[in-house]
Amino acid sequence: MKSQPRLLIGLDVVTVLVMAVATYMVFGYAPIERVMGAVQKVFYFHVAAGWVGMLGFLAAVVAGVAYLVSRKPVWDLVGLGAIEIGLTFMLINIITGSIWARPIWNTWWTWDPRLTTATIMELLYAAYLMLRQGIEDPERRARFGAVYAIIGFISVPLTFFSIRIYRTIHPVVIGGGDPTVSGSFSMTPAMGATFAVSLVAFSFLFASLLWHRIRLGQLGARVEQMKLKLTE
Amino acid sequence: MRGFLRALGAVVWKDLAAELRSRELLSSMLVFALLVIFIFNFALELDAVARANVTSGVLWVTFVFAGTLGLNRSLAVEKDRGCLDGLLLAPVDRTAIYFGKAIANLVFMLVVAAIVLPVYSILYNVNLFAQGGLLWVIFLGAEGYTAVGTLLAAMAVQARTRDILLPILLFPVVIPVLVAAVKASSGYLQRLPMEEILPWLQLLLAYDVIFTSIAFMVFESVVEE
Repeated sequence: MKSQPRLLIGLDVVTVLVMAVATYMVFGYAPIERVMGAVQKVFYFHVAAGWVGMLGFLAAVVAGVAYLVSRKPVWDLVGLGAIEIGLTFMLINIITGSIWARPIWNTWWTWDPRLTTATIMELLYAAYLMLRQGIEDPERRARFGAVYAIIGFISVPLTFFSIRIYRTIHPVVIGGGDPTVSGSFSMTPAMGATFAVSLVAFSFLFASLLWHRIRLGQLGARVEQMKLKLTE
Repeated sequence: MRGFLRALGAVVWKDLAAELRSRELLSSMLVFALLVIFIFNFALELDAVARANVTSGVLWVTFVFAGTLGLNRSLAVEKDRGCLDGLLLAPVDRTAIYFGKAIANLVFMLVVAAIVLPVYSILYNVNLFAQGGLLWVIFLGAEGYTAVGTLLAAMAVQARTRDILLPILLFPVVIPVLVAAVKASSGYLQRLPMEEILPWLQLLLAYDVIFTSIAFMVFESVVEE
């Protein structure tokens, strides 16, 4: 527990390298899209960030179920870390999406199912953090967190469907809510490669961040224990 | 199974009897619901044209806000007076307690709806009872809402920030219910053909089934001490 495990250091190095390669590929290797121009390059990290966000929320559900079954505190740390990372990357996803939508759809925001669902997810997991803040007992905090992570994640696809039916009955006027309508493009092989590398790079980033977050949580718990011992 | 049903019945009866004697919950929910409708009246300028489009939205926002009030109160009472511990000590299946509380909350919500609907009909000179389907939508929507709401309220009352916590926890999770219920209600009110209402009813049903079973599975980990 004292120093970082070798594997983690290795993971960090790999993450930094792949992120650097992905960044280079986005700016130097991928061709500039003919219709949209340079702003299309947002796409690579935009989708990758959304991917990490979903990965985080999915990991939180798995950790939640694992916690309720096994009651091992480490699963609570996994769940909390995964949701913190998921929240951050979903926010990056929404903001980069807005930056892209402004020139392409001519608006920062439309009430498209994906946009709306992503934002509701942000609110949902922000509520998760507030729930945790309101509970002092760590065991109960972990239990409630696990339950809410499960319930929240199950409601997300239903939210998406509900908004999608809403939109198919009422067509979207501004800009076309569906990305395949306005601002769609077909990827060249170079774009495809850049996209794949970005996804891999962000997945490594997720694994590395989550591991650090879990270690931080464990160290925090140790500090708490030591403080308790000192006051005794 | 019989023991389960008896325990469930006892919890429902306890809630209804307590409410019948004190009338704390229903009266505050009702007054609140009527106030919300009046506020909407001024905020939205509910003239005849606007009303046709927003009636279902106004009704559901009213139910949801009044419902939050009821859910919070229904479990806060148990927590404050130590009744929850007593309930948990009883040698019965704990999910019977959950279903008992959820059914009682559902009844309260339906009572509020049963009074709000005729009042709304009189105030705005529309007959909300002309379409029987609307009542089904209200039942399905209220069921989904109270199924999740009772579970989350049981968590919220055990937190420090409980009164402000419940709506924050509940609203992002019940958005599918709200969207589906509003659209299905307005479909019935505008007499749209059934095939336009059906997807919403299916969504409501799916939500009710999924969340009632999830709540059934996890309730025990919410109340264990």
